[in-house]
Amino acid sequence: MNTTTPDLALPMSSAPAAPQRQRWRKFLRHPLGVIGSLIVLAVCGSALCADWLAPHEPNKQRLIARFKPPVWASGGSTTYLLGTDNVGRDIFSRILHGSRISLLVGIAAVGVSLGIGVTLGLLSGFLGGRVDTTIMAGVDIMLAFPQLILAFAMVAVLGPGLGNIILVLGLTGWERYARVVRAEVLALREREFVQASRALGVPTARIILRHIMPNTFSSVIVMATLQTAQAILAEASLSFLGLGTGLSYPSWGQMIALGRDYVNVAWWLSTFPGLAILLTVLAINLLGDRARDLFDPRMT
Amino acid sequence: MIAVIVRRLLRLVVVCLGISLITFLLLHLSGDPVAMILPEATEADRAVLRETLGLNRPFLAQYGAFLGRALQGDFGQSFFHRTPALPLVFERMPTTILLTVFAMVLAIGLAIPAGILTAVKRYSIIDHLVTLLVLLGQSMPVFWTGIMLMLLFAVAWNLLPASGWDTWASTVLPAITLGTFQAPLFLRISRSAMLEVLGLDYVRTARAKGLHEWVVIIKHALKNAAIPIVTVIGLQFGVLLGGAVVTETVFAIPGTGRLIIRAIGQLDFPVVQAGVMTLSLIIVLTNFLVDLLYLWLNPQVRIS
Repeated sequence: MNTTTPDLALPMSSAPAAPQRQRWRKFLRHPLGVIGSLIVLAVCGSALCADWLAPHEPNKQRLIARFKPPVWASGGSTTYLLGTDNVGRDIFSRILHGSRISLLVGIAAVGVSLGIGVTLGLLSGFLGGRVDTTIMAGVDIMLAFPQLILAFAMVAVLGPGLGNIILVLGLTGWERYARVVRAEVLALREREFVQASRALGVPTARIILRHIMPNTFSSVIVMATLQTAQAILAEASLSFLGLGTGLSYPSWGQMIALGRDYVNVAWWLSTFPGLAILLTVLAINLLGDRARDLFDPRMT
Repeated sequence: MIAVIVRRLLRLVVVCLGISLITFLLLHLSGDPVAMILPEATEADRAVLRETLGLNRPFLAQYGAFLGRALQGDFGQSFFHRTPALPLVFERMPTTILLTVFAMVLAIGLAIPAGILTAVKRYSIIDHLVTLLVLLGQSMPVFWTGIMLMLLFAVAWNLLPASGWDTWASTVLPAITLGTFQAPLFLRISRSAMLEVLGLDYVRTARAKGLHEWVVIIKHALKNAAIPIVTVIGLQFGVLLGGAVVTETVFAIPGTGRLIIRAIGQLDFPVVQAGVMTLSLIIVLTNFLVDLLYLWLNPQVRIS
């Protein structure tokens, strides 16, 4: 009979570093995650410093310089690195400025979804009963509704514009948070530390905010990162369809839509803003995947 | 089993009611729909419109009337086309469905074999390469993929038409565009589902029996991996229809999506409502069928 106890020293000795630092080391070991974060930093930098980085005013028209090709193509010049559009605006400068819209919409929309979803999920899971049934019915309906189509319809009524786009994308993306947070709360609710606080007479609101909410953070962070990428894509789609943030400020989706109209004349009009979206979304996805590996091993 | 189906049916009814409520509320979201439909009209004209649209009545009565008419397929006259709204949507539906089905077939045909291959050859060069492609594919906006394909195949090489939906050749680029939009997710799911199953005991037993590796993979493993794959594919139908709306706009395809987008631009609310509600109901019904299929495929759920 095998009666020896398992060797307890083994796992202990292999984990001397603090979990936080270990996480960092693990993060740095994976090249894709690092590349992703570098690109995200670059995009944030371009959004913050677009005014200084851009060689031209993003909306400045110069009809004499219409349809200039990018610098390496024949007829291109270093004045317009990525060429110009149908009214002679500099594509490169517009891409730099467009990052502002993408990031702003991405982050703000996720903020709205996060606020609604986490609140409803906490309430639903902790209070249970009729509150739970009602909220979950709402989640079911929202999940059944195709996000993009609902967003189209809402923009139709509210009208385009930055605030409305954020609102619409925020209002159509909260159900996943509600679901996951609710499931986590249900699991946590029966745990001893929550039972103990309840027995001690800690008010419900305090139990939710201080004891339960922090425990849902890791999965929420992962979802939020991935949703940011989704929201940037959704904003681009809306802008492409002319339902976006308006024409007064350049946005990537709207630049691609313009390129669609001149697809026979100037390939660079839609190619470069599209690459900007691709890189940004890819980088955020890479970061989100890494975050999932590190924070939430259950989800992989 | 029957109890489960009845519960799902009840949920279906609730979801359908929810969809109709949201569709109904759409018009009211703006505050005053009349001011939006007739921005420059006199107060008298607006009062007439308010009366004909029934906007003077209590909220619930309005919703009831909307629901009653919607059940009979009556969403009112299109402001722009001056004909009933629902037939306009239905006329264009076959095009949209056809595009979606083409894309679906293409995505499944590409993604499932590739998913199986990468699961079997895990950590090989092919696996890494495909993973990279999946990452790229998931980050590409669908309309941009469409324009890039158009630039290459229509403008640069002149092989396929750039837009329209009148010949078989013109369906190729839209189908590829929408297909590559979905393929990455399908691939990810089939890869992870296969990986999970390949590690199970019964697969090892099948191998130990001396069965040929591909018999084990196709006959034994794939059968069980199919459950999550089918579910995800079914549930993605809604996303695919959303993508179809965008793809139709890129390639100027006369489908429901383009109709809705145009109607949004023209503030043609009957058409928007009819279109949004039809698409949503199609998606909800598909999801319901997927649920049933899931029950049939997975005996565990049936028993519990």
